[in-house]
Amino acid sequence: MSVFVWVETVAGAAVSSSWEAMGAAQSIAAAIGSDATAIIFGENSAALATDAGQIGAANAIICDAEALKEYRLETYAALLSKLVHDRRPAAVVAVATNRGRELLASAAADTDSGLISEVIDLRVEAGAIIGTRPAYAGKVLMEMTSHSPTTFVTVRGRAFPAPPGDAALKPLIESVAPLTIPAELDTQIEDLVAEIGSVNLADAAIIVSGGRGMANNPAAAPDGLSGEDANIRKAKEGFANTLGPLADVLGAAIGASRAAVDAGYIPYEHQVGQTGKVVNPDLYIACGISGAIQHQAGMRGSKIIVAINKDAEAPIFKLARYGIVGDLYDVVPALTDALKERLR
Amino acid sequence: MHVVTFTRSTPDTAAKVWVNDDGEVTWGDVATVVNPWDEYALEETIVQAKNGSGESTVVAIGSELHNDALKHSLAMGVSSALRIEETGLDTSDSLVWSALAAGAIRKLNDVDLIIFGKESVDVGTDQHTYQLARRLGWTMLSYVSRIIEADYAAGTIKVEKMLEGGKQIISARLPAVMSVMKGINEPRYPNFLGIRKAAKAQIPVWSAADLGIDRPTAATSALRYLNPPARDISTEMIDGADNEAKAAALVERLFEEKVL
Repeated sequence: MSVFVWVETVAGAAVSSSWEAMGAAQSIAAAIGSDATAIIFGENSAALATDAGQIGAANAIICDAEALKEYRLETYAALLSKLVHDRRPAAVVAVATNRGRELLASAAADTDSGLISEVIDLRVEAGAIIGTRPAYAGKVLMEMTSHSPTTFVTVRGRAFPAPPGDAALKPLIESVAPLTIPAELDTQIEDLVAEIGSVNLADAAIIVSGGRGMANNPAAAPDGLSGEDANIRKAKEGFANTLGPLADVLGAAIGASRAAVDAGYIPYEHQVGQTGKVVNPDLYIACGISGAIQHQAGMRGSKIIVAINKDAEAPIFKLARYGIVGDLYDVVPALTDALKERLR
Repeated sequence: MHVVTFTRSTPDTAAKVWVNDDGEVTWGDVATVVNPWDEYALEETIVQAKNGSGESTVVAIGSELHNDALKHSLAMGVSSALRIEETGLDTSDSLVWSALAAGAIRKLNDVDLIIFGKESVDVGTDQHTYQLARRLGWTMLSYVSRIIEADYAAGTIKVEKMLEGGKQIISARLPAVMSVMKGINEPRYPNFLGIRKAAKAQIPVWSAADLGIDRPTAATSALRYLNPPARDISTEMIDGADNEAKAAALVERLFEEKVL
């Protein structure tokens, strides 16, 4: 009755947030008197099993077969479901990344197991695993439990600390064979376009976000543009040339409000909020964002919120630990310079 | 060909939602809306059904509350609507939900493509979408940002999907289950004619027995709902002689907070 932890990998390296799942799994294992087993599929899995052991996995089950070299839902879910079926772990834990969400939900369905998703807190009462998770975009919390022999749990990124690790620990490694794979899968990957250099919002320790106020860029509107077209151009330049340098000096990801995305100032991938990404960084700097409820839902879990806004009455200030009333196009460059000075 | 989408009524994203003294989730008397993510799925369903010269169906699982979302879907232009209700079943459990959904798809019998919005904003999860795909044994295409081509006669589809660090082009065989992202299209507003038609529509309600399946059992229970702990935020407004002074003061505070 071990606790399985799926270690997500990309090109033979562990996704760093996977170790947060190890921390969550260890807390369950300690409460039920069991241990953690790392589940690692794909290339380099033996070396990653050693890493997982140092982070605290007592055991590792690996499958380094060619058929599982790259993540595919079909092949990964088939093997994970079989392992759960054969070994009946008390729980299966992964971080709620895109892949973690679909893989665990699929294996939970295959094995008729309960899934508690996007958990921010875990405890065990009378042998039952109870997860606390946000609902209604974090406006309320719910406590859930599962009745099946195995409980599947996805944990929200940055909600559980990764264990410190101990280089002396060595896991018991077991290698398993993949299932027979059909000659042709139902899906074929035709092409992969990686966004080089972009910081993932969900993993980011610091996020710099821009809103409607990005359109107030004092840089003159380019020739021939007026109205909303001019605003779009000015805001785009503001994201690139004003927020960009601040994000660079902080190693931060760039976020945006729905208003800024809907106005066409920045692509949807950057949207933070109820219909965008839910984030919980250590530091969230909101620039020219008024702080609509829909935006608050996505960022109120941030540890420290800084608001920079011209309007002293903007609701964002009620959420902020620190506020500066002023034009972001004046304050942000000054902030970037001050940080460059201090972080040099 | 036949495209199916699932929807539900949820409180508006701007609505205040809280847990009342009886431990129930409430949003006062604010009207519900179509789950905001579903608007993209509804639009894509209408477009794909038209492209394939087929029909479209919108399904909701749960109480009468969801009739509003179904009527909105009909007003947008989905050809027919259906509600699944089985009294006493906890459809917030994703295994129960997906068993009923799979029953509906099998009963419809001619479905080529199922399109979901990215997630439900109320329960805040997408697990039911993957679980429906597993129960049907169909291909899952998640986080789709663009349908590049779909050939319903040949039963093939090619899509662009979003990954955390990029994009992937995937081709797949139909039938398939898909979840779509905001930005895949521009959802239309219902027009007057559509609203009038939807208002008159009678929406059939099917039970598990109607679907020809056993009542599914839940694997999870919601134990209780809680209001999030009030955050004790005392906002410090940073002032200074000029922007440089304000910025320097803020940087000082951020170092004290150990977030840099």
